[in-house]
Amino acid sequence: MGAKYFGAAVRRREDPRFLRGEGRYLDDVKVAGLLHAAFLRAPYAHAAIRAIRTERARSAPGVVAVFTFADLETWMKPLPLFGAPPPGLAAAIAFEIRQAPQFALCRDRARYVGEIVAMVVADSRARAEDAAEAIEVDWEPLPVATDMRQAAEAGAPLVHEAWGTNVGVAFTHAIGNVEAAFAGADVVMSETFHIQRYVGMPLESRGAVAVWDRRDGALTTWNSTQVSHFVQQGLASALGLPHHKVRVIAPDLGGGFGTKASGYPEDHLVPIAAIVLGRPVKWVEDRREHMMSAAHARHQIHAISLAARRDGTILGLRDRIWLDLGAYNVWGIVLPYNTVAHLIGPHRIRNMRVDVQAVTTHKTPNAPYRGAGRPETVFAMDRAVDRLARELKIDPAEIRRRNYIRADELPYDFGMPYRDGNPLVYDSGDFPAALEAALKAADYDEFRRGQAALRARGVYRGIGISGYVEGTAIGPFEGATVKVDLGGRVLVATGAVNSGQGHETSFAQVCADALGVPLEHVTVVGGDTAGVPFGVGTFASRSGVTAGNSIADACHQVRAKLVKAAAALLEAAPGDVDIEDGQAFVRGVPASAVPLARVVQASIPTFAKPGVASPDFEATAYHHVPTVTFASAVHVAQVEVDVGTGHVTLLRYVVAHDCGKVINPLIVDGQVHGGVAQGVGGALYEEMVYDEQGQLLTGSLMDYLVPTAMELPPLETVHLEFPSPRNPLGMKGLGEGGAISPPAAIANAIEDALQPFGVDITATPVSPARLLALIRETA
Amino acid sequence: MTPRLIRLTVNGRAYTRSVEPRTTLVDFLRDDLDLTGTHVGCEHGVCGACTVLLDGQPVRSCLLFAIQLDGAVVTTVEGLADGERLHPIQEAFREHHGLQCGFCTPGLLLTAKAFLEEHPAPSDGEIREAIAGNLCRCTGYHFIVDAIRAAAGGVRR
Ligand code: FES
Ligand code: FES
Repeated sequence: MGAKYFGAAVRRREDPRFLRGEGRYLDDVKVAGLLHAAFLRAPYAHAAIRAIRTERARSAPGVVAVFTFADLETWMKPLPLFGAPPPGLAAAIAFEIRQAPQFALCRDRARYVGEIVAMVVADSRARAEDAAEAIEVDWEPLPVATDMRQAAEAGAPLVHEAWGTNVGVAFTHAIGNVEAAFAGADVVMSETFHIQRYVGMPLESRGAVAVWDRRDGALTTWNSTQVSHFVQQGLASALGLPHHKVRVIAPDLGGGFGTKASGYPEDHLVPIAAIVLGRPVKWVEDRREHMMSAAHARHQIHAISLAARRDGTILGLRDRIWLDLGAYNVWGIVLPYNTVAHLIGPHRIRNMRVDVQAVTTHKTPNAPYRGAGRPETVFAMDRAVDRLARELKIDPAEIRRRNYIRADELPYDFGMPYRDGNPLVYDSGDFPAALEAALKAADYDEFRRGQAALRARGVYRGIGISGYVEGTAIGPFEGATVKVDLGGRVLVATGAVNSGQGHETSFAQVCADALGVPLEHVTVVGGDTAGVPFGVGTFASRSGVTAGNSIADACHQVRAKLVKAAAALLEAAPGDVDIEDGQAFVRGVPASAVPLARVVQASIPTFAKPGVASPDFEATAYHHVPTVTFASAVHVAQVEVDVGTGHVTLLRYVVAHDCGKVINPLIVDGQVHGGVAQGVGGALYEEMVYDEQGQLLTGSLMDYLVPTAMELPPLETVHLEFPSPRNPLGMKGLGEGGAISPPAAIANAIEDALQPFGVDITATPVSPARLLALIRETA
Repeated sequence: MTPRLIRLTVNGRAYTRSVEPRTTLVDFLRDDLDLTGTHVGCEHGVCGACTVLLDGQPVRSCLLFAIQLDGAVVTTVEGLADGERLHPIQEAFREHHGLQCGFCTPGLLLTAKAFLEEHPAPSDGEIREAIAGNLCRCTGYHFIVDAIRAAAGGVRR
């Protein structure tokens, strides 16, 4: 069982269908007799519904039904909530948590622009949309809370009145002795940093198709979700159906990035309509709906202080953190605690105190997006470190050399829990090595040498560094079923959903090696709840590690069964039988080789005799990971700033990263690139903007600026490989990392470029208008 | 509104269909002709996912009405490969990992095809400019640029 495929840059097996336009995304799912749903969404951020008149809509052409909360009252169950602290975390930290469930349709009030008020079902999408416009609602606008810090104060308009406050999560956490650290410091640096609201923005929006089978009393729903098993659980409990009567299928996904890992009202409304009407129903979100109702993300404020010695050694860290939850606290401690668990990163800081408030406001709910708290917290930390370096006149690279945890200090125990409740202990890596590798690749010293001369000519170039250590592949498990069929071909089914990461290739690589079959003999299916009983889904950089190891475990079990059967067939001892390239053979006797199909077929009982073994060549595994593995990276950005326009050009971008053992280096590079691009968007362009009334001002891709090929430089990647001891394959998670450091690295580079002006970058995105204003203020 | 009859050629095949005047070209391709390879990303002309070739030139099929296409010749992604053989641009995207989720890919392939026919030996800067109207949220464009550069050698003029 060698590693023939694991580690190889195998071309992706899903590509031909995508290249031919033969992928099947949600909107490509067609069923006979399909009806189409459209939604009326709240036009106010906070308003009471006094009356809804639907008569005109009901009699509009093509309309089959119009549903308000009152029409579906018996079906309206609270939507799922997540993010209770696991036991190990609850034992260590006293969390104040308030969660109020959302209902799929507004009952008597709307809490954000875009919340669903009514559903129309018609024979075409256009007619459903026409009719939705004909619904009349008497709204009574109510006071709104839009600023997270003001919303946290007493007397602010309340999002959920029963709470008596807008604070959804609050806690304080400390390690070491922060008072002593600050008291003994030579210097204290304090600053407040703002991270804007920006989002995953998959190119394919969300959608659902639901088919109700009256005969079987069973629901099949295609949903562009990253978490089909979660959607299944939510539907089974809301609809009162057995789990096996609810099949959720994630078709090809046009990107996910976390946006499609949240639970949504439409997940329930489309199936409910299909059941009530006894007809298949489809809904595909348009971009405007996506922008106002798909989960938003990021949006934090950090008032951070670093205490340090004159030589730059950081002694202590204090941070007061606010997080804007939007209207519902769906994710509990997930984002706030992720933020805290990643604040220190690669730095050797033993004394920390954080005070955290996650606050509800009248805006679209916030959910994890690629990085989930890490880009925000790394921005605060790495900006603070740069600021400290500037104050102490130490080079930003040098201050990091002095503070990064060394490889010989690993495993490094923080003395606090990770978000999963297990001890936060860095498993493997070499952060200083990543720093040096990134600096070298980016020609840091050479850049510095040329910088002053360029400045003298009026060319403002800067270089910026950011490093992170990321808990990846959160457990507790992923499910995988592996079966060998009559033709000796292999089916792998897993709960992990492929949203572009190449699972059909990388998981086949894992399987082909573990089983000893050619890659072409393996089919991978992800995200179909009928394929594997229990699953979790794709998010949190977890699928490679969790599904990969489950697939390997299941393959090892199936392999043992095949070896036993082959031994009986070949009349050899099982210990002498091997499987390679889809053939079973007695070791040292090549002529004995038989294809796996023969082994399977010989195991099937015939009229004449029983099979050579039980024809059970199937296994399901739920590999349990003890806790997360820690991936890490250092990013270096080179920028040029046009001080006349405030325009920032990214000249170079270097990533030196460790994600443990790599299944497919091509896919790894692609993941890093994509993450960086999204981070660049967050650094320079992307922002969901609301006015004081809670109206969303960025409702189209003309207002919300996703980077194009013109904004991104070629991306340079250096691979370091420190296998994780925490799973048999030695892997670490990868998907999110690229998105974590760009805001910090780029902001550091901009501030570096503008040293002569003394510009302070305290907020992203660093748009030309903002930067120009900063330059003018200081000039 | 009353449907109108249109005749057009898509991927070399002639179609006669009656369409509602408000039906966009992309909806027509996807729903009436069942050519679902052309994708809808924004329906407001920014993302380029819906790009098809109209008489050889890239256009955004979400910004055109099907009735405007009477007599037109349209190429969609389904018309690129030659039977089992992928088009050289498709091959290059595969070879260079120029796609992840694949949702932007059809639009990019068609944009690249039209571009390479007029710029057989483009610089990277020209490639980036040519695809600046096609958003990709997955790849960071690096491998897309690699793929188009590589394809430049092998594209039929
Ligand atoms: S769907 Fe046509 S440009 Fe976006
Ligand atoms: S590959 Fe997903 S949007 Fe381009």
